[in-house]
Amino acid sequence: MSKQPLIAVRDLSISYHAGRQATHAVKHLSFTVNSGETVAIVGESGSGKSTLANALLGLLPGTARVDTGQLWVQDIDVARATERQKRQLRGRVVGLVPQDPMVSLNPTLRIGQQIGEALSLAHGRRYAGVDADVKQLLEQVGLDNPALRARQYPHELSGGMRQRVLIAIALAGNPQLIIADEPTSALDVTVQRKILDHLQQLVAERGIALLIITHDLAMATERADRLLVMKQGELVEQGPPQQILQAPHHPYTRALLAAAPAFSTRRRPRSATPGTTPILSLEQVGKRFELPKVKGQAQHFVALQGLSLQVYPGQTLAIVGESGSGKSTSLRIALGLEAPSQGRVLFDQQDVTGFGWRAFRPLRRRMQLVQQNPFAALDPRFTVFDSIVEPLVSFGLLKGLALEQAARSLIERVHLPVSYLDRLPHELSGGQRQRVAIARALALQPDLLLLDEPVSALDVSVQAQILQLLDELQRELGIAYVLVSHDLAVVANMADHVVVLHQGKVVEQGAVDQVFERPTSAYTKALIGAIPGHRTPESHINQIAQIAY
Amino acid sequence: MNRYLIGRIGQALLVLWGAYTVTYFILYLLPGDTLAIMLSASGMEADGLSPEDLAKARAYYGLDKGIFEQYFDLLWRALHGDLGQSLSLNRPVTALLAERLPQTLSLAGLAIVLSLLGGIGLAYLTAYLQWRPLKVALARLPSLGFSVPVFWMGLLLIQVFAFGLGWFPATGSQGLASLVLPAVTLAIPSAAVYAQVLQRGFQGVWQEPYIATAYAKGLSRAQVQARHALRNAALPILTLVGLQVGNTVSGAVLVETIFSRNGVGRLAQEAVLRQDIPVVLAIVAVSAAAFVLVNLIVDLLYPYLDPRITHAAKVTRA
Amino acid sequence: MTTATRPHTTQAAASAWKRRSRLQRFSQALSPLLRRPGFSLALLVVLFALAAALVPHGLTSFDPYATSPAEKLRAPDALHWFGTDELGRDLYTRVVYGASLSVQAALLAVGIALAGGLGLGVLAGFAGGRTDAAIMRLIDVLLALPGLLLALAIVTAIGFGTVPVAIAVGVGIIPGFARTTRAEVLRVKTLPYVEAARLGGASWARTLLRHVLPNAWGPVAVLATLDFGAAILATAGLSFLGFGAAPPAAEWGTLIANGRHFLITAPWVSLLPGLFVVAVVFSLNHLARTFEENAR
Repeated sequence: MSKQPLIAVRDLSISYHAGRQATHAVKHLSFTVNSGETVAIVGESGSGKSTLANALLGLLPGTARVDTGQLWVQDIDVARATERQKRQLRGRVVGLVPQDPMVSLNPTLRIGQQIGEALSLAHGRRYAGVDADVKQLLEQVGLDNPALRARQYPHELSGGMRQRVLIAIALAGNPQLIIADEPTSALDVTVQRKILDHLQQLVAERGIALLIITHDLAMATERADRLLVMKQGELVEQGPPQQILQAPHHPYTRALLAAAPAFSTRRRPRSATPGTTPILSLEQVGKRFELPKVKGQAQHFVALQGLSLQVYPGQTLAIVGESGSGKSTSLRIALGLEAPSQGRVLFDQQDVTGFGWRAFRPLRRRMQLVQQNPFAALDPRFTVFDSIVEPLVSFGLLKGLALEQAARSLIERVHLPVSYLDRLPHELSGGQRQRVAIARALALQPDLLLLDEPVSALDVSVQAQILQLLDELQRELGIAYVLVSHDLAVVANMADHVVVLHQGKVVEQGAVDQVFERPTSAYTKALIGAIPGHRTPESHINQIAQIAY
Repeated sequence: MNRYLIGRIGQALLVLWGAYTVTYFILYLLPGDTLAIMLSASGMEADGLSPEDLAKARAYYGLDKGIFEQYFDLLWRALHGDLGQSLSLNRPVTALLAERLPQTLSLAGLAIVLSLLGGIGLAYLTAYLQWRPLKVALARLPSLGFSVPVFWMGLLLIQVFAFGLGWFPATGSQGLASLVLPAVTLAIPSAAVYAQVLQRGFQGVWQEPYIATAYAKGLSRAQVQARHALRNAALPILTLVGLQVGNTVSGAVLVETIFSRNGVGRLAQEAVLRQDIPVVLAIVAVSAAAFVLVNLIVDLLYPYLDPRITHAAKVTRA
Repeated sequence: MTTATRPHTTQAAASAWKRRSRLQRFSQALSPLLRRPGFSLALLVVLFALAAALVPHGLTSFDPYATSPAEKLRAPDALHWFGTDELGRDLYTRVVYGASLSVQAALLAVGIALAGGLGLGVLAGFAGGRTDAAIMRLIDVLLALPGLLLALAIVTAIGFGTVPVAIAVGVGIIPGFARTTRAEVLRVKTLPYVEAARLGGASWARTLLRHVLPNAWGPVAVLATLDFGAAILATAGLSFLGFGAAPPAAEWGTLIANGRHFLITAPWVSLLPGLFVVAVVFSLNHLARTFEENAR
């Protein structure tokens, strides 16, 4: 155990230069990482954390410049090192586990070749025992049947398996530090948890330091020895997780804590007033897809089976599931975009199963959708005004001055300035675009709003704002929501009723309190257990949240 | 897989048949008076013939039959290897083609090899360089390659290398030396296309996350480009080779004319000049066949290059 | 925005956002481009070619058909910028007059290709299913016939001249347009905002006209510019082979073909017109590429 820190960053400033513009990504940053430590750098987009990760690997793009300071990795100042020196560090001293496993492996090379390449580099050249070492590594990172996996291509493996392969590549060079870049974004929650646990175990066994770069404060507090909070290139707070949770100094840290869904208080759920009829109900809905006739594989793919749910006016029903659970299919069936293979869909007591577009059209005024990706949900050529009033124009409801009035009131309702009506989508941020999408959905004054992962593409603090807006709109307008999400923490804050889907089947259903506090199915328990920050009992979370306030 | 193969071959034959039919339609049905054209191609004037002679001529050329009968007759004979008789040269078309095809094939073959080497090499170099001014200049080069008329380039090359420097002969069909200038001329437009596409491919691939993974292992830039970038950026090139067959054939017509080579291309030019319909039909049909065949092979080879492509049908709604 | 200030803000707001017209937006996008020297130069060359096509007499005082045997095969000098050909005609003038034939032919060709290709592409992309499959097979058939050979067939059938050549070239370019349009329509059709418009009650017609087409036309416009250059080259090729307008018409291809015979003694007769063609087509390609880069 050397006394000198493994990483020592001193007064580091990095800026990007494009034309005449200079963006300061990192400002006067100083911190250290010792061998064997797990440090988490927490920040939202624009905080400079990715720039820092690239700088540590010596992979800053040509447009970046180190303005001041030093970046010591072992005994080399990476900020001023030659390409040759930096190459010596990469893989052998510093390893990288990249963010999105689906695109981080070369699609045209076999897994064994890609790991073997890393091993050969560590040894200096190709050596005889490389194949055996590849298989050993694959076993260590938890992949079954290493011999088969080594011969396969990346597209034949699932996301979780690919992430494990990337961990193997990072470990191949026997590094002293592994940088894990946003390790929780791309995968399902249960898979994430398993892989991160495994990674931490491997890292602890070998005495490797781990630097986790993330926006997920809850996950960071759970796993790190020390947290660094960054905001717009500056380090605003540093300390062990307990200290950050219980006594945050900086207002930004406090704001992050308040916004993190895992830590915020749950609002009081509403129960249905007796006697009201559901505005939307699905009865035993199922959906099957035909698969092409391939030998040895199933003929049908069952996306959904036996789904029954009711949504009451003014309340929120959440459909929770991971990828492949059928939640998007259920939404599309409710919207009439797909016809169910079995079962019925009733909107306000009217059977709308299998309605064609023309028959469904009048109902569109009462049921609208907010889509997942705010960056593609608005026509890039339409101004905000055009986008918001389009439903009104399509139905021919308003014209001229009345139309402008409607646009103005809608945009004010989502708390955006009226002058934004003239802007184009690319001039708005993600959160602003989502507000415009919500305004558009409200234009026809619907009774029911379907929301498909409405906040998953946004930063944490922006998420909180949008959720707050949705809550406010529901209280003011009495709209019912069907919220589809994979993020249980979001669901816990917004829903009155919850339906949990797993591989097309309903595994749990009921009032939100009941599902979260007294889950019956094993899958639901696993999902709840996988929420970062949820390891502690529920009472502890509320305690921490109260202190954060 | 077999099912797919049969389907693909069937598709190819369908396209070939379609191409033949379209060309037949253009040549036999589009003109106002097909008989007059054929007569003038044979060196006779329609006006100077008596009605009985005209009727005899009509019967001789097979134009007295109904449209469909005529079409099927021609098709049937073509399938059996009889492509008709050249009107102006009075020889079987098949013999003419057999005579001239080797010249064109050797020209096209060399041109394709040169274009691949040149195009891929240029793009690789452009992607590897990091000094901006040279990189930008090289990046513009392919665009210049498409802006140049093939025939003009041939003349320029003749001027410089044949008349000016005397390294290669200006015309002729004999020997390797006479093949060089024509092949280079023919190769330039295709090389420009390959270079352009590969350049774009490299640009796209350099941004991909798996390149960052490769760097993080400790590979040098040269190693990353050779082992990871090239394989992925070059994937579209194979499809392009198939599509470029058409351009190569078109170019061959011009190049053979300029360099006075005895190939199928020049035969086509002469045939059009003399309105020799059967020859034109035969040449177009043969090049369509070549196009279809090469693209079929490319399609079948693709999964070996890109492991993600499997020839499987897609999921449909139930 | 408190209720107290409501009346003021609505009035101020009414004048505050005035919808910027499309033209304003377009000129705002164009001005930074004009500052780039390469773009401006290319634009200048293309405008010159268009001017030559429309008002050739404005650009030269010579007569393209006036022969002057005494001045034959003169090298380029101050009087004859491109020199003279074998009949003593001023070559620069011939090139300028040739522009009108060649540019017109190329415009006709691209027009035919756009009409046919766009129509087929939109139909295939929007309708999908069997219609799509049938149209793609038709495109495959057209692709199997190499451009020049198809043109040769058409010219054999309907005769020589500028218009037949233009039609022939145009038909040959249709597959490229059809494929590009289809690909763009397919891409845009599945985007979330198209779905949102449909859910908002928009009919297919409205979706097509207001969402799909405006967002799909970008790559098609780029292709049209590129193919305009390709059409110039193709028509020049056909007239080089002797199938264009009969002499003494001054089509560019014919000019170059003419000069072939004097390559050793007077290379400029072929080479200079060709250089002009290269300049025009290269400028067109540059413009197309700049638009493409900007649209990203």
